[in-house]
This record gives sequence, C-alpha cells and structure tokens, in this order.
Amino acid sequence: MKNISWRLFVILAVIVTAVIYVLPTFKPGILHGKQINLGLDLQGGMHLVLEVDTDKAVEGRIERLVHEIRDLLKKERVRYRTLERVSGTNITVKILGQKNINEFRLLLDKEFPDIRIENENATAETLEMVLNLPDKEADLIKKSATDQALETIRNRIDQFGVSEPDIRRQGERRILIQLPGISDTQRAKDLIGKTALLEFKLVDETGDIAAALEGNVPRGSEILYLVREDRETNRVTKTPMLIKKRAELTGASLTDARVQIDSQYNDPYVGIKFDKKGGRIFAQVTGRNIQKRLAIVLDNKVHSAPVIQDKISGGEARITGSFTTEEASDLALVLRAGALPAPVTILEERTVGPSLGADSIRTGLISMLVGGILVVLFMIVYYKGAGLIADIALVLNILLIAGCLAAFQATLTLPGIAGIILTIGMAVDANVLIFERIREELSLGKTPWAAVDAGFERATWTILDANVTTGIAALVLFQFGTGPVKGFAITLFCGVLASLFTALVVSRAIFNYFLIGRKIRSLSI
Amino acid sequence: MQFIKSDINIDFIGKRKIAFILSVLFILISFGSLVAKKGPRYGIDFAGGTLIQVQFQDPVEINPVKSGLAALGMSGSSVQAFGDAGNNEYLIRTDNSMATGQDFTNRFKSALADAAGGPVEIRRVEMVGPQVGKDLREKALFAMFYALLFITFYISGRFEKKWMVSGVVAILLFVAVYVVSLFDASIPVLMVAALLVTIVLFWFLELKYAMGAILALVHDVTITVGIFSLFDKEFTLPIIAALLTIIGYSLNDTIIVFDRIRENLRRHHKNPMDLIINRSVNETLSRTILTSLTTLAVLVSLFVLGGGIIHDFAFAMIVGALIGTYSSVFVASPILLIWQKKAQS
Repeated sequence: MKNISWRLFVILAVIVTAVIYVLPTFKPGILHGKQINLGLDLQGGMHLVLEVDTDKAVEGRIERLVHEIRDLLKKERVRYRTLERVSGTNITVKILGQKNINEFRLLLDKEFPDIRIENENATAETLEMVLNLPDKEADLIKKSATDQALETIRNRIDQFGVSEPDIRRQGERRILIQLPGISDTQRAKDLIGKTALLEFKLVDETGDIAAALEGNVPRGSEILYLVREDRETNRVTKTPMLIKKRAELTGASLTDARVQIDSQYNDPYVGIKFDKKGGRIFAQVTGRNIQKRLAIVLDNKVHSAPVIQDKISGGEARITGSFTTEEASDLALVLRAGALPAPVTILEERTVGPSLGADSIRTGLISMLVGGILVVLFMIVYYKGAGLIADIALVLNILLIAGCLAAFQATLTLPGIAGIILTIGMAVDANVLIFERIREELSLGKTPWAAVDAGFERATWTILDANVTTGIAALVLFQFGTGPVKGFAITLFCGVLASLFTALVVSRAIFNYFLIGRKIRSLSI
Repeated sequence: MQFIKSDINIDFIGKRKIAFILSVLFILISFGSLVAKKGPRYGIDFAGGTLIQVQFQDPVEINPVKSGLAALGMSGSSVQAFGDAGNNEYLIRTDNSMATGQDFTNRFKSALADAAGGPVEIRRVEMVGPQVGKDLREKALFAMFYALLFITFYISGRFEKKWMVSGVVAILLFVAVYVVSLFDASIPVLMVAALLVTIVLFWFLELKYAMGAILALVHDVTITVGIFSLFDKEFTLPIIAALLTIIGYSLNDTIIVFDRIRENLRRHHKNPMDLIINRSVNETLSRTILTSLTTLAVLVSLFVLGGGIIHDFAFAMIVGALIGTYSSVFVASPILLIWQKKAQS
C-alpha cells in the first residue's frame, strides 16, 4: 500500500505541474504563466536572415579617412598630386616636392598614427604611398558593424511596433529576425533593409553633366540619379546629376525626424533636427552657398536638390518630395533609428500569411484527433481493460508534452505538431511492450500479480533503451537544426520523457491499484 | 484479441537470403534513380531559390498564372497546383533567390491578379540564398552522421558492454570529421567516407550490434531517399527531420529485437545463434506489428488530413516506418550471424 501512495503522490504532482503550465495557453492571463509559443509557420509572420556587408563598413571608414587627410592637408597648405581610395580598402597618395613630402610625413605621424603604411616608394622629389588600416582595426570595424546593424534594426523594429520580435546575431555577419504576426511584410522588409544613409552634398554647378555622362567626370564629383515616380502615370524618371563627392553633413548629426504636414498644400514632409554641431555646419554651408543647390542624398540616390534661398540657422530642415504619409513616416522612422553602418542583403526569407497559419493549426489538430481516436479504439479492442489503461496513459502523455513545451518555452511548429502526432503512435509502444510481456508471462501460467510484476520488470530496460536512442536523435537534431526542425526536436524529446513516465509510472500504478487495491483475480488483457 | 499466436514460429532467418536480395535490389533501384536524376531533388531550403504559395479567390487554370508570371519576367518558374483542388492554390518556384524587396509584393500581386482576373493572396513566401542553402545542407548531413555515431556508441555499450571501445571510436571519428571539415572538404564526400570508415571499424572491432543497427539505418535512409527520388519529391528541412525520426523509429524496433536476443542468449546460451535470433524475432513479432499499425494509423491520418505542407513529411514517415519495421527483422538481426560464421570457419 505504501508503494502505491508514494507513486500516486508523484503522479499527481506531475499532472498538477503540467496543468499549471498548460492552462495559460487556453486561458491567457491566468496564473501569470506564459503561453506555448506558436512558430511563425502557425501564427503567420516573417523570418529573415540578413547578411551585413561588413567590407563596405571598412570602405566607408577609409573613405572618411581620405576626406579627413585632405582637409588637414588643405589646412596646412600641403599640396598633393593624388589622394584617394582605390581597390576597396587602400589609399594611394602621391606627393611631389621635398617640402611637401616632409610636411606630409610629419602630419601623418602626428595625426594618423593608426594608419598602416602598406608600401612606400620614395625618391628625392616624389613620394608614392599605399596606406590602409591594420588587420586588427579592420576586423574590429567589421565586428562592430554587425553589432551596430543589429542595434539599428532593433531600434527600427521597436519603433515600427511589432509585438515580441526576435532579433539576434547569427555567426559573424548574419542577423536573424523573426517578426510574428506581421501582415505588411513588404513594408517591414523595406524598413529593415534600407541602409538609410542620409547625406547633404552640394551640386557641382560648374561641371558639365553631358561630358560627365560620357566618362569625363570632374575630380571630386560623381554622377548620382534623381529618381522620381509619378503616382498618376506610373512613370519613373531618372535624372542624372553631378554631385560633389564630399558630404557636408550626414544623418549621424540628426537628433530627430518627424512627419509633418505642409499646411499650404497638405503634403506630408519629414522635418529633421540637427544636433548643435550639425546645426552650426548646416548654417555655415547654407550661408556660403546661397543660390546654389544642396542635394539631399539618401542611399546614393538624390532625393531632392533644392536651391538654397537663405542661410538656415535654426538647426532644422525639411525633406520634401512626393511622399505618401506612410512613406514619409517610414523615412522619418529610419532616419530617427539611424543608418546601417553597411548595406545588408536578405539571405533567407520565410513569410507565412496568417490565414495559412490558421489552416495549418486546424488541419494539424484534426489529423491529431483522428489519429488519436484510431489508436485509442484500437487499443481497447485489442487489449480490452488493459487497453483502457494505455489510453489513459496516452491522454496524459499529450497533456505532459504540452506542459513540457510550455515549461521549456519551446516553439510549437508545424513539424512539431507532426512530432506530437507521431508520439501518439509511438507512445502506445511502451504499453504494447509491457502488455505483450504480461501476456507471455500469463501464458507461462503465472498469477496475474506475478505476470504484471515480471512484465514491467522485463520491459523496463527495453523501453529505456528504445527511448534513450530516440532521445539522442532528438538532442542531435536540436543541436544542429534550425527554426522548425529545432521545434520538432524539442517536441520529440518531450514525447520521449512523457512516454517513459506514463508507461513506467502511470500504467504501473493503475495496474497496482486494481491488483492490490481492488484485489482483482483475472486480468483483462 | 490476438493477431499473432504466442507459439508462432516463422523461419525469418532461413529466409534471410531472399530478404538480402530484396534489400540489395531496392538499394540498387534507389541509387539508380538518384544517378539517373542526377542526385536528389533539393527543395529551396537546400538548393536556394524562391517559393511562393498563392491562393486565388476564384478558380484559375494554370496557364493564366504562367502568363502572369511571364509578365513579371518570371517565365522560368515552375507552377503547380497545391493542396486540395477546391482551394485554388498554386505553388510557384524559381531557382534563383531573387530580391523580394522593393515593391516586389505589390507588383507580383497586381500582375497575377490581372492575368487571373481575380484577387490573389500571397500565403507563403520562402526565399533562401544559395550560400544559406549550402550551409543548411551541410548542417543536415552533420546532424545525421552525429546522430548515428552517438546512437551506435550507446548500443555497443548497452548490448556488449563495450563502452570504452565504442566511446573511443566515437570520439575519434567525431574529432576526425570535425578536423577534416575545417579544411574546406566537400561535406557529402566526407560524410560518405566517414560512414564507410565507421562500418569498417565496427567490423574489425566486432561491435556486432552497432554494426547491425547502423547497416539497418543506412539501408532505411537510402531506400527512403531512393523512393523520394523515384516519386520526384523534394528534399526540404522537414524531410530531414522526418529522416531523423525514421532513424529513431527504426532503431526503436531494432533495439527491442536486440534486447530479446540478448535476453535469450543468457537463458539459452547453448542454442545456436540463428535459432536464438529467430526465436527472438518471433517473440517480439506481435509487438512489432502492433506498434507499426498504431504508428501507421496516425501517419496515414496525417497524410490524408494534414494539409499540403505536411504531406511530403507524412509520406516520408510512412515509407520510413514500413522499411524500418522490415529492416529490424530482416537486416539488423541477420547481421549478428556474420561473426558466428567467421568464428566457425
């Protein structure tokens, strides 16, 4: 008797724990527990894997260095022949004249001690140098580029308003993004993927655009396109413009960006605010270039190029254009969240619409129900009374798997549901093993009590061996799998635990109850 | 109720030659199909590409869908009806992993709606870049191999008390495979080589049960893959999950027979091995058939009612459950006899 009450206590404790974990899923909010997470394939949503082009971040840093050196040389009146970024991450320098060379060397050592001199070719009157960044420094930039991109994307998604997004770094350069329940996937993708590098550059008013298009681009300028889409006619026009390479200001100097509505024409525009330093530079630039055009360049496309009418000193500006309100607010959002340190590409995308997810849940549940009923009926027909015990164990099994999923905070996916259905089929296996053993022992002429005892004892190791191997497969799957496969692995593992418990502990307890408690003399098996 | 009488005694071991020929035949067909079709048909998970599942509001023939795609410059994509006929669903697949950004969804929707003459809903988009596809493929192979390695270690330990030997073998193979994989080796070739080395090692170290189990598993997976190739079905991530579950299921079966063999060996150690094996298979036959039936019952219900996405998964599982049951009786157990023959001669 003592034995029975001990088992009973354990069984009750396990059942109650499972119920506590499962309840919140059916009645949200109750017991403050968490619901079983549904995978994106069930509740709908978007799964993205992005790759950060970290080499571009290094190139960007080199480009900025080139501008810094040029500015310094200009200030110190050191003349140079060439100073530009070539082939990715190298800077070539050519300087003529003894005096210039000496001063350049001095400045380089004093102001840029971190730059590595890759090679040097010097004669009395000319100096040719290739400069770049030490590997360690470049690696650091690459690494922080991914981190920064992650942070920026998280920022953007937070502002976009997605509930429970999952954004994490995957390996060196990849970012995994899971956005459950999102419906406007296109908009979300555009928001996430946009580099959003905002630059203010002067238009090269002296250069000849026609000559530039034929390949004769003036030094320090480049051709960028002004893209306009006419919403009425659906026409896209691309106008080439000659823009100075040097960025007077970038989005890094912004403190705020908001959508505002023009009171006169009722058009939405994006109002931006600069930080103190940015405001000062903006005032200087506009003050010096009145009646010239200032191009607002977003991701290397000219957004607009208004003529500067007057010095703008308030530290505020507006970006106008033919926006819809949605476009304007998205632009404001990405400007607020900041630019990505390097462009990103989408490596992997999985989007499931909410209706498909609901369909999957429905068909999954139906097939689970039908399969379960088939098995339950079969067990009763084949094993009679003992079959009923197996069925009780089976129902308990499903409850335990659900509790296990909730406890591990696992994500239930479509393959996961398939895993549960499969576990239903296999869960009875343990009971079948025991029952067959008991039948064997009975046919040897043992009493019911002795037969049950021997049956359980002999079958226990077999059941353990069989389940341990399945458990190993589940663990390996979990370790190496991704996304849906991982969910499947957890389900399978929970199934192994649950079927061990129900077969070895619960079924045994029920048998014992009838044999000892009710003193039954013949087995219905 | 009882399907199998308790005194049943079918001569399974006597028929092992027929079973052997049958298995070899199936494996040859599998390889033949794989060679003829130039390898397995990878889904976009492994090959890279784009998959779009669309649902039209009104019934639509396949041709308007194709012409709509052609208008988008996607004429190279394959289109097939998906799920139940009344759903008006189509699966569109292209081999290139195209950029689905920049207004793609809207253009796609309007082009298809124009062609079909009715609204269309995009239900699912999956885009996998080629590099990701390769990574996933290699990860899947690693998962299968490591699962095999750990499981055989456990079997050798449990059934022959050879924890040490099998442990050392498993660790050495694990490290060797890991080290070689660092050198940019072709992963599929590496995996096949590692598998062969494993089998040869098991042979010489006389890890009988592990050898029987691993050959049965290779047998099951090869034939399932072959049948998939014969039916022109695609390999996706869930199918790999199915293959791994098949490994687990088939092992489950094999181990239950092995367990009985071990027990009978202890009790009737004077009987010849083939008699013991045959007796063990017969004694567990009832359980083998019952469990297969209950498992198949749920799998068939999943196959019929589970919907389009889970269809192939259920198919793989059904094939695997059938072959797994067969192999634990006709492949895994007879292999234990090989060493006995060797010892006699």
